[in-house]
Amino acid sequence: MKERLKKRTPHSRTRDIIIRLENVWKTYTMGKTKVHALRGLDLTVYRGEFLSIMGPSGSGKSTAMNMIGCLDIPTKGTITLEGKNIAQMSESALAQIRGRKIGFIFQKFNLINTLTAKQNVTLPMIFQNIPREQREQRAAELLALVNLADRMNHRPTELSGGQQQRVAIARALALEPTVILADEPTGNLDSSTGETVMEFLEKLHREKGTTIVLVTHDEHVAAHADRIVSLNDGRIGGRT
Amino acid sequence: MLSEYFGLALRSLRKRKLRSWLTMIGIFIGIAAVVSLISLGQGMQKAITEQFFQLGADKVTVQLKGSRTGPPGSNTDFTLTTKDLDALRRANGVELAAGRLIEQGRLEFNDVERYTFVVSVPEEPELKELIDSIAQVKIIEGRGLKPGDQWKVLIPQSYRDTPKFGGKALRVGDKLRINDQTVDIVGVVKRTGNPFVDNAFQMMEPAMRELFGLPEKYGGLVAQINTNMDLQIVTENIEKVLRKERGFKKGEEDFEVLTADEAFDSFRTILNIVSAVLIGIASISLIVGGVGITNTMFTAVLERKREIGIMKAIGARNSDIVLLFLIEAGLLGLVGGLIGIGLGVGLGKLVEFAAYRAFGESLIKAHFPPLLIVGSLAFSFVLGSLAGALPAYRAGRLPPVEALRE
Ligand SMILES: Nc1ncnc2c1ncn2[C@@H]1O[C@H](COP(=O)(O)OP(=O)(O)OP(=O)(O)O)[C@@H](O)[C@H]1O
Ligand SMILES: [Mg+2]
Repeated sequence: MKERLKKRTPHSRTRDIIIRLENVWKTYTMGKTKVHALRGLDLTVYRGEFLSIMGPSGSGKSTAMNMIGCLDIPTKGTITLEGKNIAQMSESALAQIRGRKIGFIFQKFNLINTLTAKQNVTLPMIFQNIPREQREQRAAELLALVNLADRMNHRPTELSGGQQQRVAIARALALEPTVILADEPTGNLDSSTGETVMEFLEKLHREKGTTIVLVTHDEHVAAHADRIVSLNDGRIGGRT
Repeated sequence: MLSEYFGLALRSLRKRKLRSWLTMIGIFIGIAAVVSLISLGQGMQKAITEQFFQLGADKVTVQLKGSRTGPPGSNTDFTLTTKDLDALRRANGVELAAGRLIEQGRLEFNDVERYTFVVSVPEEPELKELIDSIAQVKIIEGRGLKPGDQWKVLIPQSYRDTPKFGGKALRVGDKLRINDQTVDIVGVVKRTGNPFVDNAFQMMEPAMRELFGLPEKYGGLVAQINTNMDLQIVTENIEKVLRKERGFKKGEEDFEVLTADEAFDSFRTILNIVSAVLIGIASISLIVGGVGITNTMFTAVLERKREIGIMKAIGARNSDIVLLFLIEAGLLGLVGGLIGIGLGVGLGKLVEFAAYRAFGESLIKAHFPPLLIVGSLAFSFVLGSLAGALPAYRAGRLPPVEALRE
């Protein structure tokens, strides 16, 4: 296991574990061949940390993120989120966790094109039965936070890539999640736009203490994190 | 939260306007057929029921075959005659019997020619009363006919209310010509809703016989029967005497004896056939419409896999996704239903208007009870949702990772 602890760990937070993956396997069966996307992955995410996961393409980073985010369940192994094993949860309980505790940010932004920026930000709150007034207010606040107060009623197609990703960040924050999962959030952005997006995430981490797990190829992007782990062949460590 | 789901579904539909409209066509047609059918069916049923209950259960009519719905055509040599009326009176169970001439007459007034029915009124007060009660004759202006009235006529209300002779309507006191004979209008008969009665001019029987040169003929006979006797038996008695009088074997009669029930039944049969055809059209288009919705929703699920994945990633449960797609399908049905109701009401009114133009009187009235409207709307929403059930279920079951991979 290779783990580089960065010197810059400004807040000495209590090392309270929020997510733990233990010996997690994910195997895809394609006809007769079996693809092991994860081969006994062990990973711990501490509360309040900013963790970067790096690794070559196909090493299983997205698969690992999907597991952490309760979008998928492992073939083998246990995943505990705040002490609960998610591998044994019902579909609706998993949906509840995704809605309440996890905020996703994707490489492809993944906004809904028929909805405006504000409606995209309200959507997760609709699924959690938050009253309308509260939703509207929160969405406006969050869009202001990501400097998009003047773009609230624009549709994603009318926004630049960086603006779309900031809407996605606002959406991810809608329910004050325990952890933000960002899978190559700057992958579709040029380096300076990517940098602004990263500054937002870092600010969030610094000021609100939000736990962030970030997947990236880019050393500069990874450098925003407190801690970097590398994934190889579905496992932490190996070749770097 | 349901209202939000409606909002989301509506937005998705609006995004794909053309497809949504095309999908709804089957529903339009089906609901339009159902609404117009029920509205007219109810209207017709009402009109027909009213008319036949006027006839009453204690009366039977005798007509020549093939003349069930109107006056006998003048082309037939075989007519009912005064002798048949005498025979009818002899039948056991008949208390009172009257005959009526029903002929097409040529009217001239204000240099305009028109053709309409002229009917006779018997001289004997008792018989006149019988005929008047069946035809529901009420005088709303002027006076009724009296024995001895010769060139005097009663006109139907529509001829007074609508200018039918080159912009002129008829009035009491006017003179007009019927088959080249000048006659005086002495009274106006109230509209009954029966298109035949509402278009007929009335004259006393002897005058009409003279005018049309028909010393013996009757167009139809009516009998009032003894209510203490079985209707079936009296009908058979009547058939027996008339067969003998007219010289026919059993089963080969050229006449028929109709009771109110039978006449009503034969109308209802026609109505039922028409209804069955319309129901057939309606069900086929509703099925086609439903399948169209299913198809569109399947396409929508495929196209929006990614959207489904996103919604699941941000906390939508399977049931939320199912509900969203169900509502979307239901809305397709509902909007289709709304337009269908509009078309159906239009169609019903159109038929009502066409019937009015054809018969001059409103035999057919389209009725739109609120239950019909609300019921059709609810039905189309439920139909849409049902048609969308399978696609919606599929959408709900999509694994989020796979959906996001799109
Ligand atoms: N649904 C699937 N079916 C089959 N194989 C899959 C599936 N999803 C992932 N894999 C395989 O699992 C391995 C890990 O995939 P994953 O997407 O996690 O890689 P990654 O590290 O995110 O790569 P990249 O940096 O290119 O995004 C790959 O070999 C991939 O082909
Ligand atoms: Mg990936």
